[in-house]
Amino acid sequence: MKLSDREQAMLAGDLGAARQRAIEQQIQVGRFFDAEDFVAVAQAHIMADTESLGEAGVDFLEDLAAQEKTDNQVCIPTITDPRGADFNQFERINHDPAYVALEQRADKAFRALGILMTDTCINYQTILPPVRGEHLAMGDTGVVIYCNSVFAARTNYEGGPAALAAALTGRTPRYGFHLDQNRVGSRLFHTEYQPKDWSQWGALGGFIGRQMGSYYEVPVLTGITDPPSSDDLKHFGAAMASFGSTALFHMVGVTPEAPDLETAFAGRVPAAHSITSKDLDRFFASYAMADDGLDVVVFAAPQLSLFELDRLAGLLENQQIHDEVSLVIATSPENKRAAERLGLDDKIVASGAVLLEGVCFYQMHARELGEANGWTRLMTNSAKLVNIIGGYGYEPVLAPMERCIASAVAGRIVP
Amino acid sequence: MSARIFKGHAGIGPRATGEALVADDNFSARYDLNRIEGVFSRPSHKLYGQNYVGKILVLNIAKGGVATAWMFHEMASRTMAPAALLLNYANPIIAQGAAFGGIPLVDRFDGDITKLIHTGDHVTVDPATGEIRVS
Repeated sequence: MKLSDREQAMLAGDLGAARQRAIEQQIQVGRFFDAEDFVAVAQAHIMADTESLGEAGVDFLEDLAAQEKTDNQVCIPTITDPRGADFNQFERINHDPAYVALEQRADKAFRALGILMTDTCINYQTILPPVRGEHLAMGDTGVVIYCNSVFAARTNYEGGPAALAAALTGRTPRYGFHLDQNRVGSRLFHTEYQPKDWSQWGALGGFIGRQMGSYYEVPVLTGITDPPSSDDLKHFGAAMASFGSTALFHMVGVTPEAPDLETAFAGRVPAAHSITSKDLDRFFASYAMADDGLDVVVFAAPQLSLFELDRLAGLLENQQIHDEVSLVIATSPENKRAAERLGLDDKIVASGAVLLEGVCFYQMHARELGEANGWTRLMTNSAKLVNIIGGYGYEPVLAPMERCIASAVAGRIVP
Repeated sequence: MSARIFKGHAGIGPRATGEALVADDNFSARYDLNRIEGVFSRPSHKLYGQNYVGKILVLNIAKGGVATAWMFHEMASRTMAPAALLLNYANPIIAQGAAFGGIPLVDRFDGDITKLIHTGDHVTVDPATGEIRVS
């Protein structure tokens, strides 16, 4: 890789051991993907819940935090993805205090590096949306696909250590979705099915994601008749990224790099694969259960926007969650404060639901939480969550928000 | 029997040797594994129930989330990691995780690596050259 004078200095250790290790790692990744050089990035976003970090990862962060301030401070605005514990409410969900203590160590170490603890996977809705062409180091698949697709910003998947390396060096290897040629569409889907709610938007994204053969495939969608909302695209993109390892989609007439089909494909338009309601029926059927047992209803993955919380508060007002079912909701700290200020929190909590902040359901030791609370059968409107949570020993059911709420109240899955 | 050699793109990490565990399925450390016990835990995965610790894990593509980037490092700290990972196509997360955790990784072979190598094969991986030797 071609290195600038500053990059050479970092590699030589002139800017401290932390930046040296960071750029060494980045060069390995850059060579792996045949990057010619580095590109400066405007923001870094770090996924680093303690379930992923483990004790070893937390030790690594504490070692970094103990280094000289001149060596270990991030050099671009750096924010965080959901964390592994809600420090104020962990007892409500029987979260093991040992995990919470580990999370507090990680939180303290991150703060010492100059990182802004936003603890959110919807930073594009709540912190600072990027602009077209801006290069970023985003560390959550849902954030990456949204920033690339909806804003036409440029980022690869930057896992925790990679986003941290970018925060320390201010740059990332220029490969993948930083390059024009990789942003051109490669597969065409035409949908006759029009999603009507967030579970359906997620299902459509998940259906397309399942068919992606590699990270570098870029699906293009036509056929959507009404412009989707930010929350619609959030569920669509997050599910596509989760099922497919997909980092960019184009929606013709909706997203900025796809004003028309020819532009989306740079002229070479392939044959379209049609998506019908039968495809989506099959998708939902793959997350249905033979009986109506229910343990927990979850709204998360991605964290809820203020509008989703408003909708939820409306549905939960004057309702009581069944004694034998839990209702767990995750949002960002910013939206939690807003929900409190606007009276949404009161309506949600009065129903018996738990509104967590700065976490996501699958990023806080979901297996152990399930064992501690007796949760196996899980119902959600998040297609991303049903994809992930099976690996943690849950039996996931995908359904619209209204049906999830009705089931939480009834204490069983209602049709 | 003479050794068979396959060539991939130059990879990441040190040389490794071990017994292959192969499936025509995909890989995500968060979605697919019980990392405490060292087994595949997603029921729909073709390696469900199989132990991967110390194995040369051979799968199709990287799927899913970003957590794998930290997880290799954590798994290696408890000596509960695979010996190496061979994929048809890695994604950035797997590459970043291999670089941070020191796990050997090679991808982009001249054929479908999940068909070229079989479970139980004795495999040597040289990431510097991308060369895989099966004996």
